[in-house]
Amino acid sequence: MSAVRIEGLTKTFDGRAAVDGIDFEVGSGELCVLLGPSGCGKSTTLRLVAGLEEPTAGRIFVGDVDVAHLPPKDRRISMVFQSYALFPHLTVAQNIVFGLEVRGVAKAVRAERLARVAAMTGLEPYLARKPNQLSGGQRQRVALARAIAGEQPICLMDEPLSNLDAKLRAEMRLEIRALQQRLGMTMLYVTHDQIEAMTMADRVVLMNEGRIEQQGAPADLYERPATVFTARFVGSPAMNLFPAAEGAGHPVLAGVRPEHVRLVEPTAGRLVGRVAGLEYHGADTVVAVDAEEGVAFAVRCPGRARAAIGERVGLAWDLAHEHHFDAATGRRREAHFTASQREPVTA
Amino acid sequence: MRSPTRLDEPPRGRFRWPFAGSGRRTVEAWLLLLPSIVLFAAFTHVPFLRTFVDAFHSTPKGRRPSHFVGLDNWVDLAHDPIFWKALTNNTLYALGTIPLAVGLALAMALFVNGRIPGRAALRMAYFTPTVLPMIAVANIWLFFYTPDYGLFDQIGGLFGLAATNRLGDPSTALIAVMAVAVWKEAGFFMIFYLAALQQIPPDLREAAAIEGASRFTFFRRVTWPLLAPVTLFILVNAVINAFRTVDHIFMMTGGGPDNATNLLLFRLYELGFKFWDQAQASALTVVLIVVLASVALVQFVFAGRKVHYR
Repeated sequence: MSAVRIEGLTKTFDGRAAVDGIDFEVGSGELCVLLGPSGCGKSTTLRLVAGLEEPTAGRIFVGDVDVAHLPPKDRRISMVFQSYALFPHLTVAQNIVFGLEVRGVAKAVRAERLARVAAMTGLEPYLARKPNQLSGGQRQRVALARAIAGEQPICLMDEPLSNLDAKLRAEMRLEIRALQQRLGMTMLYVTHDQIEAMTMADRVVLMNEGRIEQQGAPADLYERPATVFTARFVGSPAMNLFPAAEGAGHPVLAGVRPEHVRLVEPTAGRLVGRVAGLEYHGADTVVAVDAEEGVAFAVRCPGRARAAIGERVGLAWDLAHEHHFDAATGRRREAHFTASQREPVTA
Repeated sequence: MRSPTRLDEPPRGRFRWPFAGSGRRTVEAWLLLLPSIVLFAAFTHVPFLRTFVDAFHSTPKGRRPSHFVGLDNWVDLAHDPIFWKALTNNTLYALGTIPLAVGLALAMALFVNGRIPGRAALRMAYFTPTVLPMIAVANIWLFFYTPDYGLFDQIGGLFGLAATNRLGDPSTALIAVMAVAVWKEAGFFMIFYLAALQQIPPDLREAAAIEGASRFTFFRRVTWPLLAPVTLFILVNAVINAFRTVDHIFMMTGGGPDNATNLLLFRLYELGFKFWDQAQASALTVVLIVVLASVALVQFVFAGRKVHYR
């Protein structure tokens, strides 16, 4: 049974649909990431599930109860806010048990939960401190601990890592994921960071302009993007897209991931271009190539690429790695055909 | 090379008194401070010290110059029934107006902080009494209280109530002038509460709602504690105002009837500038300062411990 089920959920602000009739399900114990660029409606969706916004239409099931019009406290959810929303005048311990206290949970139970949750999140040394005496990462943990302490079946997270520095963010990704799996929590996680989505999610719901662009396992979105939008949004650097030959009368866009492109002799590639820039990452180098017809290509080369800016290069890849999209609708085209009419690679 | 006198590099390490040491820099600092020190001293510190000294001396009369009388002035004050009446009145005045004004201010601030139509107009309306001079306010209320054709009696008349002279009756006069003060002060304090309420992130309310807190619980557990620094600030100001603002007494009652609305500062004015009793007035000034200083101190020491400053 799904833990959360969304049906035809719509929210309009002043006649403009921020969320436009979306449907998705989150299985019990799953971590589902709502991914998308800013303004795509992912945060509004989360707030609708939380009950912080009233839906214009649609139903929200938690378990088998439609909670769409219940107050937040009756939805059996907890939430971690982007700003953490810690109570500044309460200590860490008081913050964590705030909800339990308000709900009238017995003192002994509160103490026991506090001890357990503090141990899980490594907050034991800080329980007597106020939030302003904590670092960003520690505040994040307090917010997380507060969400866990309620033992609600669903945990909502609204860009929880966006205020942390890169190193801490990487640590917290692993930690949140481990915690979620250990506790068997169902988590609905909003982020605009596709790395968070790829690394943490069981299932990704990619949103764009209030609608769901594609949903599935991270690998599905990466390996078989259903639309041009997904292809460009998931993966960094983004998939290279270029106009391919017309098949069956439709203009077609072809796409190939940077890691599938190789730099070859100018005469040997499917496309020819000039090296415009080099980004050395250590393990690999991303080479920016201005290909013919004004197409910008990114090529991921292992190690340190031996290319010089301004050098003419050929771009080669296996046809199996090519994706095709209908240029008019942006939808994926499955029929495999020779998109590129250039000479096959011989090198 | 680092120069030790660079102004943009404050000395590090151990705390130093601002003007410790010597040299040109110290002189410059004092010179820069001089204008404000002169003004402050001339209009605040010197008068205060003079008053303190005067309080131990008799009032100079004609050829008899002032001489040292020790604590006599306070002994006289203690034997003055009108002083005790004014002190009692002022205490009642403070105890009556402060909780009402502060409570009303908080209620109004919570109300206009919500999403209600026309809240800008409401905020302005609540704040208007603050903008008016107390003299004008007193005149408006004088009209409200006028027997027979004043606002209150006209409304009362509709329900068949007889005309009443609220300001003329010793049993109601103090309450009548207290109402004016509450009306005038509440809007001013509301602004501070409103500013503080807007500093509370809306996330906190949402987080509390998800955690299961009702609106009342949220107010009791979160809003009220977060407003504590402002409440303390308002209370200190309210106490000072309760002993300081007497403009409406001049306009409305002149301290009467039978000293029913005589407050300490009004009594001080009477002693000092109506009876020209400099010694008594100085002694009363010291009493007033001691009262205010100790109330403020108590508030800071006892309330300050519980207040959470962000």
